[in-house]
Amino acid sequence: MPARALRITLGLLVTLLAASFVIFGAIYAAPGDPAAFLVGGQEDATPEKLAAVRAAYHLDDPLWVQYGDWIGGVLHGDLGRSMQYHDQVADLVSSRVPTTLFLVSYSAVLFVVAGVALGVLSAVRGGRVDGVVVAVTTLLASIPKFVKALALVAFLGVQWGWFPVTGAGEGFGDRLHHLTLPALSLALGELAVVSRVTRQSMLEQYAQDHVAVARAAGLSEFKVIRRHVLRNALAPVVTMCGLITASLFAGTVVVETAFGISGMGSLLVQAINTHDFPVTQAVLLLMVLAYMLVTTLVDLVHPLIDPRVRLEGSAA
Amino acid sequence: MTMVEKANAAAEHRFDHERLLDIEDLTVELPGVGARRPVLDAVRLRVDRGEVVGLVGESGSGKSTAAKAVLRMLPRGARIGGRVGVAGQEVLTLGPGDLRDLRARRVAMVHQDPRSSLNPVRRIGDFLTERLIHTLGRPKAQAYAEALRLLDAVGIVRPAERMRQFPHELSGGMLQRVVIAAALAGDPELLLADEATSALDVTTQAEILAILREHRTRRGLGLLFITHDLHLAAAYCDRVYVMYAGRVVEERTAGQLFEDPRHPYTAGLLACTPELGDPRPIRPIPGRPPSLDDAFPGCPFVARCPVAQTACETWRPVARELDGGGSVMCRRTDLDHPVEMVRA
Amino acid sequence: MTLLQAAVPSVATASPEPAKPKRTWPIPVRIAAGFLLLTAASAILAPLLAPYEPDAIDLNASLAPPDGAHVLGTDQSGRDLLSRVLHGAGPSLVAPLALLALASVIGIALGTLAAWHGGWVDAFVSRVTDVMFAFPGLLFVILIVSVFGDGLTTAVVALALAYSPVVAKYTRSIALAERAKPYIDAYRVQGMGGFAICVRRLVPNLAPSLIGYLVLMFGQVLMGMATLSYLGFGAQPPSSEWGLMVKEGQAALVRGALWPALVPGTAIALVVVAFNVVGVRISDRLGVRER
Repeated sequence: MPARALRITLGLLVTLLAASFVIFGAIYAAPGDPAAFLVGGQEDATPEKLAAVRAAYHLDDPLWVQYGDWIGGVLHGDLGRSMQYHDQVADLVSSRVPTTLFLVSYSAVLFVVAGVALGVLSAVRGGRVDGVVVAVTTLLASIPKFVKALALVAFLGVQWGWFPVTGAGEGFGDRLHHLTLPALSLALGELAVVSRVTRQSMLEQYAQDHVAVARAAGLSEFKVIRRHVLRNALAPVVTMCGLITASLFAGTVVVETAFGISGMGSLLVQAINTHDFPVTQAVLLLMVLAYMLVTTLVDLVHPLIDPRVRLEGSAA
Repeated sequence: MTMVEKANAAAEHRFDHERLLDIEDLTVELPGVGARRPVLDAVRLRVDRGEVVGLVGESGSGKSTAAKAVLRMLPRGARIGGRVGVAGQEVLTLGPGDLRDLRARRVAMVHQDPRSSLNPVRRIGDFLTERLIHTLGRPKAQAYAEALRLLDAVGIVRPAERMRQFPHELSGGMLQRVVIAAALAGDPELLLADEATSALDVTTQAEILAILREHRTRRGLGLLFITHDLHLAAAYCDRVYVMYAGRVVEERTAGQLFEDPRHPYTAGLLACTPELGDPRPIRPIPGRPPSLDDAFPGCPFVARCPVAQTACETWRPVARELDGGGSVMCRRTDLDHPVEMVRA
Repeated sequence: MTLLQAAVPSVATASPEPAKPKRTWPIPVRIAAGFLLLTAASAILAPLLAPYEPDAIDLNASLAPPDGAHVLGTDQSGRDLLSRVLHGAGPSLVAPLALLALASVIGIALGTLAAWHGGWVDAFVSRVTDVMFAFPGLLFVILIVSVFGDGLTTAVVALALAYSPVVAKYTRSIALAERAKPYIDAYRVQGMGGFAICVRRLVPNLAPSLIGYLVLMFGQVLMGMATLSYLGFGAQPPSSEWGLMVKEGQAALVRGALWPALVPGTAIALVVVAFNVVGVRISDRLGVRER
């Protein structure tokens, strides 16, 4: 078990290192002088400014040293300075992290609850119910997030006025109210996969002998499903939900833009539009970090769901 | 009346030989799967309280289906005819609540493969207490104590420790004891043991058989002991049913059956196993056990029978009562000792 | 559009299973296929079909609801939405096709190389695709866009790079199975070079599966392209690419005018759904294995 955790954590660190190097090294992939690229627009690139950037990024040092300095700074919470806002990137980012985290968690709750419920319904009822679930969720998955976002705004927001159409709100209740439509636009497309995986996994479990044994012991069908079918079907469902939750961070780029929410995703779009590369770097790095932390967490949690993995781990 | 006297009275009441399981003309057909004959064809079977009844046959003879029918665990879409009575209750027409009650309180089943009988992600303790807590509504502490007692009774050492373990941490023999303990939880009146000891080594098998026999004498447990091993059945059971191609072909007391099998198939089964001091060669039954695809206009055993006559091919099998009790489903009741013919 | 038209009939002829009884296509598949053909036709015939010029500004008719003059209404600048959607069909479909073509060239080449060569080449390609899979695709695309600037070409290349590992992984898995078949050895014995076997025998034999897989991917790719345009990183004004149209129509939403955003949004959704319906059917016929 500890060996397994160690292996997973090491894998996380290596991938993070590779990803951060790609993100940092991107300034060298840009055409022209990296200093000019970092400054952003060409017109205000005074020699003094270029020199300042060159010094701040140690652009005259070898690449490895520069990267070392940068990643060292990142580890100390120093994400550089924004070229646009002339502000610490860390301050800029930290004010927006809570909104995005709230949005992602809210959305995760929505798609997990609804997706698993639909999957159970599909597995238990089968036939026509299953067909309807497949058709509706597949349809929802075939509509791009931004179209879903705007359709929700158009109907639930503008037309019927149930939800605010912009901003993130203050305080928990208000925030929930404001972020319902954004969270829905993130979550709806994921119902297809989650309900499919849940259904498939449950059907596999239905066929197991121990389920028939439990039924033969007089357990009610509800308890058979809850204690034996659903419980045993959980492992792939949790893994899939974790992976999807991780990918939601990238989805916030679209949804926050659509709803005018000031979070990490909209910050990324702004930073690209204003050629503010330090901010772009920081947001990308944090999003990749969040993505990988969530996927690693899923890996680490797996033995708790399936005790048989625990055995393999201790044997390894 | 003191508690002890009450218990004794109840025990005595149980011991009167009333019918516990009464299967009459049970016919099960599976129309969906392309079967050309019924899985069970007019099966009659009876288990009294405190009686150990053997059900013997090759795989595919329908013995497991017969046991499952007692719990109404038949495949969806099966066409079922006849009657299955458990202590006077008609199983085939029970409502869902009564059916759960029957499964929880009266009849328990032990399956051949203990490893697939247990939920791999739940602890042994969960498995043992599940029936007690979730269907019989016992308090958790009481169920836990009961489970400990049962584990101890089936000969598991350090039961408290085992309760916390997962199925994959126990050996097959230990798991089968756990499964039997769980089946005995809630004091069922009838236990269906489907090849419950077939996968175990001989010493474990002997221990488990002893445990089951003890329950039978102490509580009047009725036991339907399903096995492919006719010798074991004859040695362990009071009465034995032999099944072939979905039919009960012979039903006798164990002693009669062993001494003087009246159906050529039974005789063939006995001749299959070598016996100490018997110089005659082992005679396997020729041919293969019939599958569901084989339909028979007459006696289903005719193709493999050493004493078959042309008339047997069209003889519609019926059970014939025998003089010393029991019945046989063979046209050649004219033969005195079919077993000699088989061995010859 | 020529690519699409070329691809679909060849799918039918490339099907290697003549043994299967000919079944008629289910009605939803027919409707979806019909809709796609209609979309393709309107993309080509847009100049003839569109009642207005796509960028003819008429400020008097700003945000007009659908009526006789403008069947689907107008946007803020008074441009006719029907005309814009018809004209937008071209770029909206060609850009995803182009990027899918690019992604398949890269992916098929890498996947075949990995499967054929094995050893360290395979290990390297597999490792790279694994790292790419560990990275949310959209973020990778955004990184490229942020470095090379936005615009349709960058977006197409960036998305192609992001999708190529998916193609490479699938190609590798089916190429490995194909490589093990005896006919490959037979060519080798005849003295055919590895490259020639790959290009002239192996990949053509994989074609049915690959086409089925790529058809299934197309819906995703189209959504990806539209999303980039919506974010402002893909097609640029005055194009009437659908993702861009949604972006431009969004401002009118809060003013109660739903058409400018919903008309192109619906167009995207319909095409993706239709492609998925047809794609599942085609890939079933071609026997695409699930990953």
